[in-house]
Amino acid sequence: MRRARTLGIVAALLLSTLLGACTQPLEQDTGASTLEIGATGEPAGLDMITVSGAGTPFVLLYNVYETLVKLDGDGNIRPLLASEWTTSQDNTVYTFTLDHGARFASGTDVTAAAVVASFERSRSDEATDQIRAKWAVVDAIEAIGDDTVEVTLTQASNRWLYEMTGPAGIVADPTGDADLNTSPAGSGPYEFVSWDEGASIELRANDGYWGTPARFDEVTFRYYADPNAMNTAMLAGQLDIISNLTTPQAIEQFADESRFKVYEGTTDGEVVLGFNHRTEALQDLKVGQAINHAIDRQALVDAVWGGKGTLIGSMVPPTDPWYEDLSDTYPYDPDEARRLLAEAGYADGLTLRLRVPNLPYGPPSGRFVAAQLEEVGITVELDELEFPARWLELVFTNHDYDMTVVAHVEPRDLDAFANPDYYWGYDNPRFQRLIAEADAGTWEEQVTKLQEAARILAEDAAADWLFLLPNIVVTTTDISGIQANQISLSFDLTTIAARS
Amino acid sequence: MALRRVGERAAWLLASLLLASLLIFAATNALPGDVAQVMLGTNATPGEAARLRAELGLDQPFLVRYMEWIWGALRFDFGESYITGKPIAPLIASRLAVSAWLILFGMIVAVLIALPAGAYAAVRRRHADGVAVSALSQIGLAVPAFWAGIWLVVIFAVNLQWLPAGGYVTPQESVGQWLAHLVLPVTSLAIVQASIISRYVRGSVIEVLHEDYFRTARAVGWSRTGALMRHGLRNTGISLLTVIGLQLATLLVGAIIIEQVFALPGLGSSLLLAVSQRDLGVVQAIVLLLVWAVLAINFLVDVAYQLIDPRLRRVGDDR
Repeated sequence: MRRARTLGIVAALLLSTLLGACTQPLEQDTGASTLEIGATGEPAGLDMITVSGAGTPFVLLYNVYETLVKLDGDGNIRPLLASEWTTSQDNTVYTFTLDHGARFASGTDVTAAAVVASFERSRSDEATDQIRAKWAVVDAIEAIGDDTVEVTLTQASNRWLYEMTGPAGIVADPTGDADLNTSPAGSGPYEFVSWDEGASIELRANDGYWGTPARFDEVTFRYYADPNAMNTAMLAGQLDIISNLTTPQAIEQFADESRFKVYEGTTDGEVVLGFNHRTEALQDLKVGQAINHAIDRQALVDAVWGGKGTLIGSMVPPTDPWYEDLSDTYPYDPDEARRLLAEAGYADGLTLRLRVPNLPYGPPSGRFVAAQLEEVGITVELDELEFPARWLELVFTNHDYDMTVVAHVEPRDLDAFANPDYYWGYDNPRFQRLIAEADAGTWEEQVTKLQEAARILAEDAAADWLFLLPNIVVTTTDISGIQANQISLSFDLTTIAARS
Repeated sequence: MALRRVGERAAWLLASLLLASLLIFAATNALPGDVAQVMLGTNATPGEAARLRAELGLDQPFLVRYMEWIWGALRFDFGESYITGKPIAPLIASRLAVSAWLILFGMIVAVLIALPAGAYAAVRRRHADGVAVSALSQIGLAVPAFWAGIWLVVIFAVNLQWLPAGGYVTPQESVGQWLAHLVLPVTSLAIVQASIISRYVRGSVIEVLHEDYFRTARAVGWSRTGALMRHGLRNTGISLLTVIGLQLATLLVGAIIIEQVFALPGLGSSLLLAVSQRDLGVVQAIVLLLVWAVLAINFLVDVAYQLIDPRLRRVGDDR
């Protein structure tokens, strides 16, 4: 009997020494010049010209790669690699002058030839359809001397200049003959070091950076498939930043102000209750209006997204220059909804299919919408579809649905409603004309025309904009310079610093 | 002959491996949803999707694709991922390195706990402490591994901050960090496994305590512990081996969830991602590997059975 007990004790001792040996070497990282960022959505590849997905620009845009122009916090376009630019009278010829100091991380100058090579690659067959489409209005790209690039458009396009602030406009180092999909090379304040697939991407400061030097020696983006795992890593002190808290209910975990700072801003992600305009009932304006009146959007945000999120009322986030608050176009009014349904001839009821993706916001929004629509006499057949595969197949491609809920996270995607073949099937020539005129007009015309277009969408009840996804960033109290609003696809490190 | 039986078993193994591969290939191909659509996302036109499908070779007949795939698989060449365009075999090899450590350590720790705990609970089954150990294992059995993992993280990573909450460091980078990152995931897996295994150990030790040979050993002067160590362990070993073999399969499955909880870049997390992206090449390769591993484990348990237990050998000889 004593032997048996000794055996247990020995095993326990063995285990505890093992544990002890493991705990010892774990040192807390105190060096101020490293930054550990928690993120979801790992890239599928590192070349954002040939690989689609938001994960790649999130890490590399503005940090490793730079563009000729960049968006500021007010939605205005500012110089980056180009110190200035001019346009011809009819806005079809852009002449960019490159900054004299601009250098790639390899030490070579950012020349006009390098810009042309990057742009030509970006509009070649090598590029994804998505990237190539941004170049559709471009006729010719030319280097004039060493520091001037001239781009000729087939027609004036405000949209094109805006796209040059994003992935389509990055300038890659032409001297590196390495594969950009495994070793990105640009002119940004950080250099790519390594990608440990499934776990992390590491960047380090580009010591020869031509602009304001990087504030961290090393930056690591760590990827989490499970957002809760990311939250606990933050709580355990393994991370300095949670780049976007995708579970707003978890915000209370970071209430300790002596350790954490929480930023709540806006994103470009409109959560749209989309209507299939090919469905007979939904072609009736009154039915669309009735659905808009039937749903208490504030209550929905409170119920499904922890009360975080902005009511918008149309396809424009507050960070776009043409934003207007349209969230009161069809206020919550179930009686009015019933009246409109009766007028439309559905006094005896109406049955609609609501097919939501199995994303965090999908099923809860779906159940909430279904419950409120039942209140006004619309019977909802609720379906959960696996995202992306099943949702893309049934809803997006086959248009086999009546209503769906999806977050449209692309920036400036108001014009998605201008494509009658898109899955919503919304076909309004007046709206399409306004979008085209806004693109071709002056800056002021763009703003007024897009304002009008957004109003048309709202009044036409082309969809029900449930809410705008919040941008929730959590940092330790040592970190400053976080931009609360997300206005580009990049997690822009250039403003972030460590408090000393 | 024992050898003939092993040969027979091996033939069965080969047949089941082949059948399993066919089933896996058929099942993944029957998955609804299309990788071409997923790759092109919300900007695709039907023409582009069809073009991409042809590019990926998805328009070939089923049997042609299966033959190509299985021929590659036999040479450990699983082609390239649809999504990343990179070869699958090296990806799996690096992911396997993470999962294998997790499962290996999980099982070792589980057995190290279960053997003494089970034996103790058996010997002291009429005493309060023995009953307590037995009850503890009952509780451990009911706890899902991921739940144990979450609690371990809350206690040891968030509150005490002794150990990292998740992530992985390779042993080449730092052995200490590597072990530190494995402690919590291994422990969460081991808690459940140790509970299951200790129940079996307890049961078979109790059986041994009632055996005639045990009573004889005691009668000729062996102490209880001595007799147990000398005669009990071998008999316990047989049933323990079966249980470990069976549990290895559930450990493989448990690891998938544990990898998610602890953000470990193992086979499980890449399998989940690949399924959602319809990256069929990766899905097929990982599932094939898992299924083959389970079949191989069962085969090895069978063979080990023959070697440990002379009674089974005799049955084979009689045939």
